[in-house]
Amino acid sequence: MTKMLEIRDLWINVDGRPILKGVNLTIPRGEVHALMGPNGAGKSTLGKVIAGDPSYQVVKGEVLLDGENILGLEPDERARKGLFLAFQYPVEVPGVTIANFLRLALQARFGREVPLTEFYAKLQRAVEVLEWDEAYLTRYLNEGFSGGEKKRNEILQLMVLEPAYAILDETDSGLDIDALKIVAGGVNAMRGPDFGALVITHYQRLLGYIVPDVVHVMMDGRIVKTGGRELALELEERGYDWLGEEVGAQEAT
Amino acid sequence: MSETELKHISEDYQWGFADEVEPEVKLKGLTPEVVRAISEIKGEPDWLLEFRLKALETYFEKPWPRWGPDLAELERQMDDFYYYVKPPARENARSWDEVPEEIRRTYEKLGIPEAEQKVLAGVGAQYDSEMVYHSIKEELEKQGVIFKSIEDGVREHEDLFREYFAKVVPPTDNKFAALNSALFSGGSFVYVPPGVEVEVPLQAYFRVNTEGFGQFERTLIIVDEGAKVHYIEGCTAPIYTTEALHTGVIEIIVRKGAESRYTTIQNWPINMYNLVTQRALVEEGGYHMWLDGNLGSKVTMKYPSSVLRGPGARSEILSIAFAGDGQHLDTGAKLIFAAPETSGSIVSKSISKGEGRSSYRGLVKVLSRADRARVNVECDALLVNENSKTDTYPYMEIANETASVGHEATVSRLADDQIFYLTTRGIPEDEAAALIVRGFIEPVAKELPLEFAVELNRLIELEMEGSVG
Repeated sequence: MTKMLEIRDLWINVDGRPILKGVNLTIPRGEVHALMGPNGAGKSTLGKVIAGDPSYQVVKGEVLLDGENILGLEPDERARKGLFLAFQYPVEVPGVTIANFLRLALQARFGREVPLTEFYAKLQRAVEVLEWDEAYLTRYLNEGFSGGEKKRNEILQLMVLEPAYAILDETDSGLDIDALKIVAGGVNAMRGPDFGALVITHYQRLLGYIVPDVVHVMMDGRIVKTGGRELALELEERGYDWLGEEVGAQEAT
Repeated sequence: MSETELKHISEDYQWGFADEVEPEVKLKGLTPEVVRAISEIKGEPDWLLEFRLKALETYFEKPWPRWGPDLAELERQMDDFYYYVKPPARENARSWDEVPEEIRRTYEKLGIPEAEQKVLAGVGAQYDSEMVYHSIKEELEKQGVIFKSIEDGVREHEDLFREYFAKVVPPTDNKFAALNSALFSGGSFVYVPPGVEVEVPLQAYFRVNTEGFGQFERTLIIVDEGAKVHYIEGCTAPIYTTEALHTGVIEIIVRKGAESRYTTIQNWPINMYNLVTQRALVEEGGYHMWLDGNLGSKVTMKYPSSVLRGPGARSEILSIAFAGDGQHLDTGAKLIFAAPETSGSIVSKSISKGEGRSSYRGLVKVLSRADRARVNVECDALLVNENSKTDTYPYMEIANETASVGHEATVSRLADDQIFYLTTRGIPEDEAAALIVRGFIEPVAKELPLEFAVELNRLIELEMEGSVG
């Protein structure tokens, strides 16, 4: 069996209002998929639901991680099974240094003591790829970070924790072009046969640096189109409206 | 509180066990006879007995405080406490081998002899009313450092003792200072001669064993000119269904250019009333730090104070209070600026969990002669659950226009988004909550010696188990 992250007919409500309306999506390991779509389509909701945000109510459906339904699991259990969400708005945790936090997370992730030398080797590699200053590691988690620093910190965590599947929620927002290249470099360094990713973005810009294998378009809580990377370019050129019309036309018939 | 509730709580409180030790003397009730008996057992000079008896009168004259936590239950029980309990051990043993086995085992469980070996310059161990162990490293003794029980301080250094005793905290200061002055037993007498720097900390450990008991240790620390010392106090007790009382008085004199630190890590069980007065008098160019870690107790009222009496004197007061279910920790700080160019800061971090309540009560007083005094106050409260409570009572009396005064207060809640963020990295919910709390107190906790910081982190992890979700 191929290892994959599979979302089957997922329906989600927020305050009784449907936000996801039957999402189907399959991300095999070894592939990077992009999820595009207009504001309010439900892209970020999908990311948070997969990670286990308790503020969403699952109405129906399954999320299978390597064949196991994880919807009944706590966020930390999902993470330990190899899932990672890079937040669109990373949270500040004052008084907790990045290094301290990451070591705890790494030990939780692999369920064992991680020797300091091993830990620092991982950290150093990530810091190099991300062209970051090691001094950041002793700063408190996201506290007083700029938008760009927060995003870089998300990718640092991704690289150290080495998940099997990562969801990157608008990691490109708020990044200038140089930062974007660096962050993309971090994600690309993760690519390989044991790693699958879902890259959520508004714009094709990021996809110039993280080249996706597959592009999905989400509108109004559903995946309305799936294609190759040329789909992203088409969306960049034509916007989303034509797709809306196309879908509307399909539904009418 | 029911037995089942108590059992549940005692499972979380690691030091809630009691030893089967039969005291040599147990004195009950709050009377001049009890005071006389204590003084007689200690073979004290007459002036000290007179001092005690007068303090007892002061105690009865002073009204119960009607501000702060509810003390009505304590007030009703004041006649029922044992006010002096002498353990069946010789006083001030200098070797742990001389401490009776049952008692020694308790200190071993608490890790005291081990810490003494590794990180301390001296240890005093109090068991109920008496110091059963008191020892200091020989090289310090040779340099003239005195670290003894308060009783030996009176016996062996009466003139020095009498010169400073009750000068910083007189019995008339407050009702509980009066109570302590009448009943005090145990605690340390510390003198550091001019220019001597005690690089590693001295520690006193206060252990309560007897049910229905009041512990009244008294500590007097004199840091002479240009000297340096760090004194650490730790406390635990068994959990009983009845209330217990701990009323210490700590007086510190920091002389010209001297430096001192006083660190408290109290971890009382939830039946303890902890009403403590601690004050430092800081002379010219001197520095004093209070580092006050308050966990546990039913009620704590404690406001470490520094009086900056000489020009250029400085003080920092850092405190952490953790109030769990059924606990009210009313803690804070007082800074009195009584000379020019003095400076000080207060950083207070309180955490309230479940139905716990923590209050910050602080006083900053700048006298008219304190030109260019500088003070900064920061008090932050963290609420863990919906029904957790906190309040802030910052008082400021500024009588000098050249003083610079800063004050900042924040209240935050343990945020769901922080918990979610940390759990998505594989950290279980309880640990995530503990991590957030540890981060919250980090600015204060980082000042602790490593071993104590580790212990504090462990206690917070225990407290945070099952606290969220």
